[in-house]
Amino acid sequence: MEAAVIQTVTRDAGLWRFIPATIAALVTIWFAGFIGPVSEGHAPEYIYQWAPTIGVQLAFRLDGLSLAFALLICGIGAMVLLYAATYFRSDRRLLSLQLTLVVFAISMLGLTTADDIVTLFIFWEGTTITSWLLVGFDHEKETSRAAALQALLVTGFGGLALLAGLLIMGEVANTYRISEMNALGDVFRDSPLYVAIFILVMLGCFTKSAQWPFHFWLPGAMAAPTPVSAYLHSATMVKAGVYLIARLYPSLSGTELWMWTLVPVGAFTMVLTSVWAMRQTDLKLMLAFTTVMGLSMITMLLGTSNEIAVAAAMTFILIHAFYKAALFLSVGMIEKGSGSRDYPNIAGLARAMPLTATVVMLAALSMAGMIPTFGFLGKEVIYESTGHLHFAPVAVTVAAFAANALMFACACMIAFRPFFFRAQMAPKDRPADPGWGLWLGPVILAVLGIAFGVFPGWLEHHIIAPMVLAVAGVEMPVHLALWHGITRPLILSLATFALGALLYLGLDRIRETLFRIEDDVPRTEAWYDAFLRATSISARRASLYLQDGNMTSYLRRTFFALAAVIWVALFRGTMTWPQFSLSPELIDWTIFAIITASLVVILRARSRLTAITALGGVGAGIATIFVVYGAVDVAMTQLFVEILVVIFLAIAMVHLPRYGHVPFVRLNALIAVILGVGVTTTMLMVLGTDLDLSLTEFFEANSAPVALGRNIVNVILVDFRGFDTMGETAVILFAAVAAYAALKAGRGVSK
Amino acid sequence: MNSLILSTAARLVMPLILVLAVFVFYRGHNEPGGGFIGGLLAATAFALLEMAQGVETARRALRFRPQSIAAVGLGCTLIGGLWGALAYGYFLKGVWPLITKHADGSKSGLPFGSIFLFDFGVFLVVLGGVCCILFALEDVVQSDSEAGGD
Repeated sequence: MEAAVIQTVTRDAGLWRFIPATIAALVTIWFAGFIGPVSEGHAPEYIYQWAPTIGVQLAFRLDGLSLAFALLICGIGAMVLLYAATYFRSDRRLLSLQLTLVVFAISMLGLTTADDIVTLFIFWEGTTITSWLLVGFDHEKETSRAAALQALLVTGFGGLALLAGLLIMGEVANTYRISEMNALGDVFRDSPLYVAIFILVMLGCFTKSAQWPFHFWLPGAMAAPTPVSAYLHSATMVKAGVYLIARLYPSLSGTELWMWTLVPVGAFTMVLTSVWAMRQTDLKLMLAFTTVMGLSMITMLLGTSNEIAVAAAMTFILIHAFYKAALFLSVGMIEKGSGSRDYPNIAGLARAMPLTATVVMLAALSMAGMIPTFGFLGKEVIYESTGHLHFAPVAVTVAAFAANALMFACACMIAFRPFFFRAQMAPKDRPADPGWGLWLGPVILAVLGIAFGVFPGWLEHHIIAPMVLAVAGVEMPVHLALWHGITRPLILSLATFALGALLYLGLDRIRETLFRIEDDVPRTEAWYDAFLRATSISARRASLYLQDGNMTSYLRRTFFALAAVIWVALFRGTMTWPQFSLSPELIDWTIFAIITASLVVILRARSRLTAITALGGVGAGIATIFVVYGAVDVAMTQLFVEILVVIFLAIAMVHLPRYGHVPFVRLNALIAVILGVGVTTTMLMVLGTDLDLSLTEFFEANSAPVALGRNIVNVILVDFRGFDTMGETAVILFAAVAAYAALKAGRGVSK
Repeated sequence: MNSLILSTAARLVMPLILVLAVFVFYRGHNEPGGGFIGGLLAATAFALLEMAQGVETARRALRFRPQSIAAVGLGCTLIGGLWGALAYGYFLKGVWPLITKHADGSKSGLPFGSIFLFDFGVFLVVLGGVCCILFALEDVVQSDSEAGGD
């Protein structure tokens, strides 16, 4: 599929293309320098007062959890960037891909190191937007765009809920710093708003980490090119959700609601997606389903609110990142080398692609949880923790057991099907291992997966223990080792292998059964589709109703709304009728006469030109009032605007149909009268209030000495309130450009 | 509109209006006037020319594309704002490099600085924005009347 897209071959990008990967590698090393201090319990902070008046800071904090994620993001990021530089070697879109990947990596880094909820949310949305760009990278394909939009809408919806939840948390805690919130103890759990906070925050986490019923977007997002999938769906993007669950674990966990939501949702998603993973023949899609399974496993473990389960979850985050990134990248290697990643099309490649086969085998060992890999240790800890649960230990154990067995079968599938037991078969004539740029990253990851399995000590003390400390606030409650003796976890592991092997042997039959019932199973994606359809239908109806293209009805509605607002304000207000006595002089009478006469002319005019000119007369009269009462600036502005309006209308008038006889519409007249009386009354009542003159006094006192201008109106415009003016000038420019575009639309071609 | 009187008058009046516009803009900080009013006034001058001698003449008289003028104006307001940010650390804070402060608190010198630049930006935006719509409107009307005439 992707091979077909890479037809836009231009020139080779040269060595420059390795720069992003190099930078990512250097950042990884920089972060690695923090491992020592963080594992000793320090948490370096960096705080920049961003908008102190509203309490928003750019705050970053590097504790065990953040550091582990930062290392994963940069380390795997470096490998993915290297991989992408080779994978898209002569594609002209390489630069844009690398740029988006880097922005995405920065967003992920910010998200996982942020210690301020506003900071966190901004980076959170950054990942949403960049992942939208990345999933829709092949934007010439309709399916690609649809998948990207789906990912954006689902995670964007969750993001909105999350924002609301985080802000409520900020209000309850009276701080926006996450580390301070987490130190507050039971404040959130005791708060009457706990349920609202929990639901909103979990909506954000579940959509991001693709938990049921939002899981469907992640397999859909496999429309992205392989390096992107490897990055987004192994170590980063989708882990943002579980990261946040872990981050807020000290504040929110332990309640009945927490356990009764996270455990069932996690367990259900886990079993569901690992079953559906069996159905897939596209290796990448199969991996996508198992990714959702991995995330659900973490969600479920965190949901149990047990210290050992937290340790298991943290271990599993690392394991999953290692083997899943390696496998995603390897699937790209299989595809590059053989021409397909659909396993019915490829077989017996082990001899032609020995390196790829080895890497896949190593990573799949870890995925299957075989001895002596890192994955085995993870599985042991998971089974160890399920034995200590207070909440539904049997159900959780059974779910974990089933999912692990299915995972074992999937691992066998990806390790054996493309490579062994059958004669060689591939779309390409001569399948071969791809170059070093593609295999280096997966090899490192796969080897690390074995190395950490054999020597888990360093990782346990320097990475996992600080993570557990950051999340659960306790020392590492278990010890990672290959051999604990004949224990319950070991027996469960062996049973898992047995069941997994059976499942693998029956794979084809299971797949056919799943394939047959696929259409009859209710899918949550259908809800999404229905929602999207309903939204677009109602939007169309609303637009057709509101935008009928008739200027008169627009004006009528606008004025009616304005009148309604004014009268509601008048009836609810407490303003009193002003005390004033009218003693109009000759000049006032004259202006009154001009305006009234103009009005009469407008209402009775038979031609537009007359009406418009008379309208100018009203404006001129009002401008005269301003002059008389000393507001010369306003008068000048009013006058010139009136002149320009008359000119504009005069030009546009040519365009309009003949005036003819204008029928008298009672409704319009009524709205006009209501609005006019309302505005006049409001103005009079404003006069009746005591004006607060402190601003005026400030402007008068400071205009000449400080701002060096005696014209207070102008000084307010360009100095005291310069920021407003700047916005207004931008509006003028945009309005002009918009009007230009509207006027020229569809006309430029003919000339 | 083919009126000889209007055409001749426009040629005489238009420069005067432009001078007046610049004058109104310049004195705006101390007397009634300023960038917004000056810009409107300048735009009226071009509107007059357009009505008298056609949109092409007016466009040539303006020399630059109105959108560009408006965009440069917005740039001027931005630079005027950033100037203060660079000099004193506050966006839009007034900077008066040609003003000297005397010991007795009085000040003397030329009133040119960031605020002046800002106001000039407003002038340009208003002039460019109005002319942009005006010319486009006239184009449309003309092309439509041509199309109608065929």
